[in-house]
Amino acid sequence: MSYLKTAMITALLGATALGATPGYAKDLRIGLQSDADVLDPDQSRTFVGRIVYASLCDKLVDITPDLEIIPQLATSWTSSDDGTEITMTLREGVVFHDGTPFNAAAVAANIERSQTMEESRRKSELSSIAGTEVTGEYEIKLLLEGPDATLMAQLADRAGMMVSPTAAAAAGADFGLNPVCSGPFSFTERVAQDKIVLTKFDDYWNADAINFDSVTFLPIPDTTVRLANLQSGDIDMLERLAATDLAQAEADASIVVDRAVSLGYQGITFNINNGERGDNPWGNDRRLRQALSYAIDREALNQVVFEGAFAPGNQPFPSSSPWYNSDLPVEGQDLEKARALLAEAGFPDGLDLEVQVPNSTVPLAVMQVVQAMAGQAGINISLTSKEFATLLSDQSAGNYQASQIGWSGRIDPDGNNHQFVTTNGGINDSKFSNARMDELMDAARVGTTVEERKALYDEAIEIMLDDLNRVFLYHVTWIWAYSDNMKGFTPYPDGMIRLEGVTWEE
Amino acid sequence: MLPFLLRRILIALPTILLISLFVFAMQKLLPGDPLLVLAGEERDPEMLALLREKYRLNDPIWRQYLAWIGNALQGDLGISLRTNQPVTELMLQKLPVTIQLAIMSMIFALVIGIPAGILSAVKKGTVTDYVANIIALSGLSIPNFWLGIMLILLVSVKWQLLPASGYVPLSEGAWESIRTMLMPSFVLGTALAATLMRHTRSSMLSVLSADYVRTARAKGLAERVVILKHALRNALTPIVTLSALLFGELVAGAVLTEQIFTIPGFGKLVVDAVFNRDYAVVQGIVLVTAVGFIFMNLFADAMYFVLNPRLRGQ
Repeated sequence: MSYLKTAMITALLGATALGATPGYAKDLRIGLQSDADVLDPDQSRTFVGRIVYASLCDKLVDITPDLEIIPQLATSWTSSDDGTEITMTLREGVVFHDGTPFNAAAVAANIERSQTMEESRRKSELSSIAGTEVTGEYEIKLLLEGPDATLMAQLADRAGMMVSPTAAAAAGADFGLNPVCSGPFSFTERVAQDKIVLTKFDDYWNADAINFDSVTFLPIPDTTVRLANLQSGDIDMLERLAATDLAQAEADASIVVDRAVSLGYQGITFNINNGERGDNPWGNDRRLRQALSYAIDREALNQVVFEGAFAPGNQPFPSSSPWYNSDLPVEGQDLEKARALLAEAGFPDGLDLEVQVPNSTVPLAVMQVVQAMAGQAGINISLTSKEFATLLSDQSAGNYQASQIGWSGRIDPDGNNHQFVTTNGGINDSKFSNARMDELMDAARVGTTVEERKALYDEAIEIMLDDLNRVFLYHVTWIWAYSDNMKGFTPYPDGMIRLEGVTWEE
Repeated sequence: MLPFLLRRILIALPTILLISLFVFAMQKLLPGDPLLVLAGEERDPEMLALLREKYRLNDPIWRQYLAWIGNALQGDLGISLRTNQPVTELMLQKLPVTIQLAIMSMIFALVIGIPAGILSAVKKGTVTDYVANIIALSGLSIPNFWLGIMLILLVSVKWQLLPASGYVPLSEGAWESIRTMLMPSFVLGTALAATLMRHTRSSMLSVLSADYVRTARAKGLAERVVILKHALRNALTPIVTLSALLFGELVAGAVLTEQIFTIPGFGKLVVDAVFNRDYAVVQGIVLVTAVGFIFMNLFADAMYFVLNPRLRGQ
């Protein structure tokens, strides 16, 4: 049958071959795993949305691949001695896509919008800013409630994206339907679930570094089809190649594959004290959680599920992060230790554990491998698969014993930790509480030097790996695949696609 | 004919209302809180409260329903929770895509299915009949997503004849648009052709054994005239109903095919909306689809009048 269909379609389509046009790269076409949500940096919440912003909206500051903060729209900044004031000098000669000039007043308006617009999802990220003071056309002072070591990292993401104050005031909450920023490309058109088209902005301050007339983002959810599109030349680049497609992509000489370990993590979060269900052996005795952690062979997990392409993990950041505590590396499976800990906790014959898991392929595969490994130590895991919204509401309501969940990751280490492990943390679904941990996390938040903060996080990680309200499993690796005509792409751990300096050579 | 159709339309109205009520209730019964996903990874409590207020999720369900249906009657289906776009605008973007896909698929289905059905009925019990049946059975059994991926790998990646996926609107070039739609409509069309073929075959078989066909043959008419003029016309009535319903299904969304070929149609819109609990979008689409189905049924009824002169007098 398939032969017949093939023959038929050949006959049918033979004539159309002449109409096929080879891909030319003045319009760069990028395949995304899913469609972006609302295109307003203040309201947005998806990862793919941020990929679009990387071409659409400039930020006050950017990061290097090693997570250092570097200038973008702010050219320099200094912090007062007590850490309560940050003075920023802004880039001159920058205009928004609608011609509105970028200056200190625009920055003040943007911060006010992020903090006060009803629908803003950036409020918590900028909560340390008490006010702003415009001290010159291109100089602004951020007045802080207190020292905040995480602020600059927030300004290197959506909270630091500058939108045109004129357009924002005119459009209000509907700004996302026609976003106006100051990035290298301006918004042209969006057809939901089909494409987002951006056109090169000729008045961009760094326009010489931009070598594409336009960029089109196409959501193509199926990974096989995304790769097929790249191989057929229908798209020039794709993000998040599936680990299972890696071999196929690498075997294709006309495709380049690049990777970067992400800033986030995946793991198992335990219910320690969140409602009645926290009162169970797993929530009450850390030795059981340690036993589970020892029972898992993280390297094997990575090999089996991700063809070795991801990064095994035991901490809230990958070992490639400057914040990783290298005294506590990822250890191999130790079944004896796991059994000994179980016996010590009073369960020499093992015990049951119910883990809820999102009902999609990857989390299920991961947990099935973990289930098999834990079984070797006598831990009998049962998996309850739930649709993601359900999993989240059960987790936040405390209706779970353990939950397979992750975190997309933040540039500053605070973002991967504070809200999960401090007593009043907003998404501490474990309801984990440890006085020393609270102290360390709060101190690291206001610490001024990197060395000081690193020491605090090192100690915090020691406690985390002992208490284990989160058992870390692995870190996603961003995998990009693109045509070998594309040159100069740099992989970043935040998973963004930065087109500055990227060229196309036929 | 007209009073009959008017009567059918009047019966359709409560049906549509019931469907909307049912869908509304079903969505609220789904476990999980969509706002936890919508509020962002941090799930800021202030944001949650605001969203509940904004989308009236604190109101009793009956009040939410009344507010929605009241706006819907005025043509306002609300805005998408996910993208803030008005639902009517989203659907107007998708509708032409889906209708184009449905029409092209239907052409494939009809052109392949009906002749194959006639052939296999006329040649009943011969090799031709068996081959046609086997082909039809395979057409029904081969999953669309598999066939779709195979076609992409062969036609787009290997031979580079057609774009692998995506969509070009008719307004931006009819030829390009048809090219992008060829593979998906072929995949959909062949599956439907199989259904059509089997129904045409059985319908033709029953007609061919009828007295008037024997009479027609007995009076010496050419076999071609007997088959096409006397038999087929009578055999077509159930096929018309079936085609109309199949077309309705196509418009409701060919979810898997749209997903594979990344066609921004109804199916993809509704699936994404269900997963994101985008209430307004799901409700809007179901309402419009229900209306579409009922319209297709009416269309089928109207076609009976055209095909069967005996009904015209009633």
